[in-house]
Amino acid sequence: MAKTRGAAVHYDSVQKSYDGVSLVVKNLNLDIPPGEFLTMLGPSGSGKTTCLMMLAGFEPATHGEIYLNERPINNVPPHKRGIGMVFQNYALFPHMTVAENLAFPLQVRNVGKAEQQEKVKRALEMVELGSFGNRRPAQLSGGQQQRVAVARALVFDPELVLMDEPLGALDKQLREQMQYEIKHIHENLGVTVVYVTHDQTEALTMSDRVAVFNDGVIQQLSTPDDLYEDPQNSFVAQFIGENNKLNGKVVDIQGEECLVELDDGTKLKADKVNVSEVGDRTTLSLRPERVEFDTHDQMDNLVNGQIEELIYLGDHIRVRMNVAGNDEFIVKVRNRGEKRKLTVGETVPVGWALNDCKALDAVV
Amino acid sequence: MSNTANAEMLTTQDGKPLKAALSRALFREKMRSLMLIAPLLIFVLLTFVAPIVDMLWRSVENKIVSDTLPETVVVLQEWDPATGEAPDEAAYEALYNDLKIAVAEKTHTRLGSRLNYEKSGISSLFRKTGRRIKRMDEAGPFKEQFLEADGKWGDVEVWQVLKQLSPRFTGGYFLNAVDAEQTPEGIQMKPDEDRIYLFLFGRTLFLSIMITISCLLLGYPIAFLLASLPLRSSNLLMILVLLPFWTSLLVRTSAWKVLLQQQGVINDFLVWIGLISDANRLVMINNQTGTIIAMTHILLPFMILPLYSVMKTISPSYVRAAKSLGANDWIAFWRVYFPQSVPGIGAGAVLVFILSIGYYITPELVGGTSGIFISNRIAYHISSSLNWGLAAALGTLLLVAVLVLFVVYDKIVGIDNVKLG
Repeated sequence: MAKTRGAAVHYDSVQKSYDGVSLVVKNLNLDIPPGEFLTMLGPSGSGKTTCLMMLAGFEPATHGEIYLNERPINNVPPHKRGIGMVFQNYALFPHMTVAENLAFPLQVRNVGKAEQQEKVKRALEMVELGSFGNRRPAQLSGGQQQRVAVARALVFDPELVLMDEPLGALDKQLREQMQYEIKHIHENLGVTVVYVTHDQTEALTMSDRVAVFNDGVIQQLSTPDDLYEDPQNSFVAQFIGENNKLNGKVVDIQGEECLVELDDGTKLKADKVNVSEVGDRTTLSLRPERVEFDTHDQMDNLVNGQIEELIYLGDHIRVRMNVAGNDEFIVKVRNRGEKRKLTVGETVPVGWALNDCKALDAVV
Repeated sequence: MSNTANAEMLTTQDGKPLKAALSRALFREKMRSLMLIAPLLIFVLLTFVAPIVDMLWRSVENKIVSDTLPETVVVLQEWDPATGEAPDEAAYEALYNDLKIAVAEKTHTRLGSRLNYEKSGISSLFRKTGRRIKRMDEAGPFKEQFLEADGKWGDVEVWQVLKQLSPRFTGGYFLNAVDAEQTPEGIQMKPDEDRIYLFLFGRTLFLSIMITISCLLLGYPIAFLLASLPLRSSNLLMILVLLPFWTSLLVRTSAWKVLLQQQGVINDFLVWIGLISDANRLVMINNQTGTIIAMTHILLPFMILPLYSVMKTISPSYVRAAKSLGANDWIAFWRVYFPQSVPGIGAGAVLVFILSIGYYITPELVGGTSGIFISNRIAYHISSSLNWGLAAALGTLLLVAVLVLFVVYDKIVGIDNVKLG
């Protein structure tokens, strides 16, 4: 991120309440360095969109201050913040042509006619819609409207662009294509992007860092791979990717490792992440693709499980097993064309490494 | 599937034309729809279309002269009023024959009042002559006897009116409705002091435009507020907007009388706070001001409702987008919100304008003489002067004026841009 021209954003103990009774955003502290692509990820009602709207200026913060390039912006009206924004339903002005839509932010800034045309042309070319300037938004497909919305948010060279679930209305294939396009535009321009979504794939694909929101609090703020490999609590582990849960109690702690006794008496070794002392209830989190059928004696954890169901998915086989009393235990086996066949009802040993098994806060 | 190759030759499996088969299949469906709308269609035809057509017909129909005085009409064809002399004996003889029958059937007074619209005094002339006709000598000479009965029978103008109205159809009502008249020299405007209808049409247009503009100015902010408030508060506001709808028109208009009159609430208050002196109480009723105030109040919901239903569909994210792109509140409203609300303005304005141009009760009650509309004059001719032909002509002109304005509006704004929701 060498050639960045993005803005820095800083949330300082920001709180937001709509009704004066409950907090939608609870004490948010967040630093976004210039040029970063940061995604706010979370289920609906988690406060992520509210955080974005406070940054855009459409919702006032109940407490705390938001800084844009070190400048407090709580009392700056939206139109003076100079932040580009892409809305969920695009919000392209239906009574203007595509070119007029793009020229709008330039007109209100009193940019000269010639420069306007030049910038509009360049923005349209950036999103590969060079010949669509005279169309009305209604004459464009969903994906084209999406691109116009992105171009409009960027045409006046803002340092910060906000995107509020911009791909929500597109079908799966188009959505994936747009993810890459937005990512590339971000890389080329070096602007800071704050992106809101509830789609974890989108968040992992595009972001430099992801802030996982739940219940008005950032549960974890890390890079996509950290988020997947080292979830800090059970909510993140379950929200990002697929995850097996095993409930138990901590019986021993050795440095960064701990020994957990499951409810049926099985003892497993796990990475100590979110437990503090012996006797704590805990939920072990284990990714389905980290469980091995090719077991050997050196494995940290070895358990017997009964195969309940086999689902053939082409590149891999999904095995639902009953392990330690949990019959929703999923194992993903890569399809290597091996001769050894699994059969339903068979009891087989499965094993995994200590580091793949995280002892997190207990969920009921 | 060889028969699909040529689209014009498409047939069903047993060789009948596909189009015929399709229309047969759809016939039942069409009949069903027709049956469903039939009661309303018949009702509308009988109670709406038929009376209007009948009324329009009356504006040109004029068979009363040729029906009551058939022989006279024939004889008068020969007579040239330009000579400046009354017609000769033959005309008087024909008139005698016709009048004898008319008096027996008692139709001569009706004819008299009809002719009176064109020239006053004819009504009494006919009544007087009707009483004398039995005593006249059947052998003649008729001209002398008629002149003896009433000297007006020697007046060229009386005969001229009779000749003018001889045809079964007349443009006289329409000429009258635009303050013109048929003279021996052709169609001319009436003398200035007799002109009334063109002026009334003009005033009706002017007041309707004023009322439409006031409704728009007052209604737009309310509709905007209604559309942007959360549902619970907007429902309450909506009830307040609709409240006038549930109150009788007469009650509301009378309430304005109480408020606006010179000894009324508003004047009393203004005098009390010392803004105006007791001697200079404002005249706000029985004039144009009263009409505009009362009608704006009455027609306001018709402006607010279409505006509201259009504004409701304008997503708040448009204004937000405009602001995020750097537009201040005013530019965001004027360049982004307002253009999208124009269809609602169109619908509301057309509705209010068309309702007000034909309004009758309120101007009648609060308009005095300077605030009445053309419709009040139409009502007068329908119920008081009984000149239905003129009333019909005025009504037709009003209808045509509305249609013309509608076409103009379509050309300028485009009727496709009008949305009621």
